[in-house]
Amino acid sequence: MPDDRCSRVNWKGFCIKYIMSDIQLVDAPPGVEGAGFFATSLDKAIGLARSNSLWPLPFATSCCGIEFMATMASHYDLSRFGAERLSFSPRQADLLMVMGTISKKMGPVLRQVYLQMAEPRWVMAVGACASSGGIFDTYSVLQGIDEVIPVDVYVPGCPPRPEAIIDGFMAIQKLVQTETLRRRSEPQYQKLLASYGIQ
Amino acid sequence: MGKISNEELLNKLNAAFPGQLTVTGEPFGLLTLETGRENIIDILSWLKNDAALQFIFLTDITAIHYPEQEKQIGVIYHLHSLVNNVRIRIKVFMADGDVHIPTATGLWHGANWMERETYDLFGVIFDGHPDLRRILNVDDMTAFPMRKEFPLEDPNRVDKKDYFFGR
Repeated sequence: MPDDRCSRVNWKGFCIKYIMSDIQLVDAPPGVEGAGFFATSLDKAIGLARSNSLWPLPFATSCCGIEFMATMASHYDLSRFGAERLSFSPRQADLLMVMGTISKKMGPVLRQVYLQMAEPRWVMAVGACASSGGIFDTYSVLQGIDEVIPVDVYVPGCPPRPEAIIDGFMAIQKLVQTETLRRRSEPQYQKLLASYGIQ
Repeated sequence: MGKISNEELLNKLNAAFPGQLTVTGEPFGLLTLETGRENIIDILSWLKNDAALQFIFLTDITAIHYPEQEKQIGVIYHLHSLVNNVRIRIKVFMADGDVHIPTATGLWHGANWMERETYDLFGVIFDGHPDLRRILNVDDMTAFPMRKEFPLEDPNRVDKKDYFFGR
């Protein structure tokens, strides 16, 4: 019977409880608010937009890539973070997610993919192999992708669970939100790129 | 069990190449012979083209490194007679510094990549190979990584250094 706790029953008389997800909208950045206007700095507004619309490029070579597929699928659902649009072209990607063992022969390919990405770009090393070579301490495997490209966030694990990948993704979002618009032209950043031989 | 016994096979080989082959064992029923690099192509060619034996399938070419031996580097050929269901293994040992052996690409096109791999990992030079360059490792590598003197672990790795573990 419909009562105050159950507004609708099915044909067997069981209560149909519609569980609406608790939809959360992104909080507005700190700023000045008044009747009919809101003012904040351009950095914060752009950081807000960018961080909630990151287009990841999955560079998946092994089991960490399988965990990433789980992360993208309905249960963990990375699209909640505005990252449902995977970009398989580096030209349109914001975030390079390197998942898996990178052999030394693959190193120049990875570097080429990074060079083809437009600024601003971020890099996430997912799993032990991408971060440090992992168990493959051998002549043919790159001992961490930071030998060829700069990395923003490292996700530990072998392979990391989807929660860990999401945690790493949220760390990237935090970076994107708090980054100043001029960071990419700062001498420190130029120096970092120059240390990798990238202009 | 194959249609031809190892004994029969060995008798035929000894009749065709007297004194050029030595038997080094028969592990798991796999007849294993050793020979010199002067004879290897003749022997392979004879095994492939013999009307009764028909070892037409080259299973693998690989190499092995025994640093304690006088002849350190060995090249190993595995052949399979699909008709008779018999396998054979032939080894050729060479001294370090003179690791030359004639190519088998004239007999099997499939030997091309096998020999490139053996060159890449052991530094065996196959004379007459049409395109002998590295196949698995990066092109600018100078060492031959499957030789025993080559360190397996990457020297660039820093997180396994002793001072991280108080040693």
